[in-house]
Amino acid sequence: MCLAVPMKVAEIFENTAICEVDGVRREASLMMLDNVVVGDYVLLHAGFAIEKIDPEEAVKTLEVFREVLDAGLLPE
Amino acid sequence: MKYSSEYRDPELAKGLVTAIAREVKGYSGVMTLMEVCGTHTMSIYQHGIRSLLPPQIRLISGPGCPVCVTPIGFVDQAIAYARQPGTIIATFGDMVRVPGSTSSLLREQAGGAQVRIVYSPLDAVALAEKNPEKKVIFLGVGFETTTPTVAGSIVTAKNQGLKNYFVLGAHKTIPTPMAVLTSDPELKVDGYLCPAHVSTVIGADAYRPLAEQHHVPCVVTGFEPLDMLRGIQMLAKQVVAGEARVEIEYSRIVKAEGNQKAQALLAEVFEPCDTPWRGIGVIPKSGLKIREAYAAFDAERQLPAEVEEPQEHQGCLCGEILKGKVVPKECPLFRKACTPENPVGACMVSSEGTCAAEYKYGC
Repeated sequence: MCLAVPMKVAEIFENTAICEVDGVRREASLMMLDNVVVGDYVLLHAGFAIEKIDPEEAVKTLEVFREVLDAGLLPE
Repeated sequence: MKYSSEYRDPELAKGLVTAIAREVKGYSGVMTLMEVCGTHTMSIYQHGIRSLLPPQIRLISGPGCPVCVTPIGFVDQAIAYARQPGTIIATFGDMVRVPGSTSSLLREQAGGAQVRIVYSPLDAVALAEKNPEKKVIFLGVGFETTTPTVAGSIVTAKNQGLKNYFVLGAHKTIPTPMAVLTSDPELKVDGYLCPAHVSTVIGADAYRPLAEQHHVPCVVTGFEPLDMLRGIQMLAKQVVAGEARVEIEYSRIVKAEGNQKAQALLAEVFEPCDTPWRGIGVIPKSGLKIREAYAAFDAERQLPAEVEEPQEHQGCLCGEILKGKVVPKECPLFRKACTPENPVGACMVSSEGTCAAEYKYGC
């Protein structure tokens, strides 16, 4: 039930954003977020944007996965 | 970046699987790691995570499916409302098939009741606006991820001056039952994979009492397979080292303090209350009820209904499954009297229930 989908903000009208992923467009209320701009990625749950995605942290996490992989290739 | 498929790379998964095996090498016991989120339950089955783990790690599912932990009396009350003329029941899809004591919303719908599945509580508000002569009752089931969206719908209905929008609520909070399960001596939980999107709202700091007072490590973990594996690795490392801290694996979304605007919206409309959990019983201050200021939108306060005496289904072990004490295969009804087509218990109904996931993906 707590499923949420990362989507890109395509347009903003007052307190509602039109968000997109893979050609799917969906309205999202911005009642729970401040300072959202077009181009931001947000997490959508039940018609509401519940958080902005932090692009730097997203990349950092992927880097950690790669470091773990590299460490695993080394003998113990 | 799409912030989804990048976290499913099989090559990177191999690295994490190796790292997990190395973390627990030399660990003599079996550690029990519990997740308390239906989406984690699904992800574990969907990606075959259990088959990738060393024998020292046992993954169990806790009471993380909101539909599953909702007592049968709530379903009976929704059915009683559905039978009243001039009423539209609006709900997320999962609730429709949950068996009540003697009926279900699906069966009532087949008999002529108006039951509509909505994607958002705001869709239910729109339904109320379009049908001013009808009462629209939204079934508010869910944890802290969903409850602010229900609060948002109530505030929206108030701002629009609607008098025909109501919420029948069974909202619950997740850290309280986690503390209860931690204190259960039969169920030795060594670490928690904390839910990704509940934590988006409440923040990772909400688990600090669990780590600091109950000495159970907690890692807020995302739902993608690489997130799951990394969360398990972080948790295993803490267990082996005998540490108990709160860590955030899902750092691209979750902050220590959570989403304070969502918390404020929730607190504007809801206040804590004692609430019953299927299989666990009443847990003090683990529920959320509508505040007096918004009582006009509370179905419970505004709309009387004759509800039948709740009867639990004989032989169903949902309650024990929700506590992680029994696995679906140990239930005598599983795959026999209880299937997704004809579910007996809620754990088989909701797609994220442990029994439904085991039925679909288990072997």
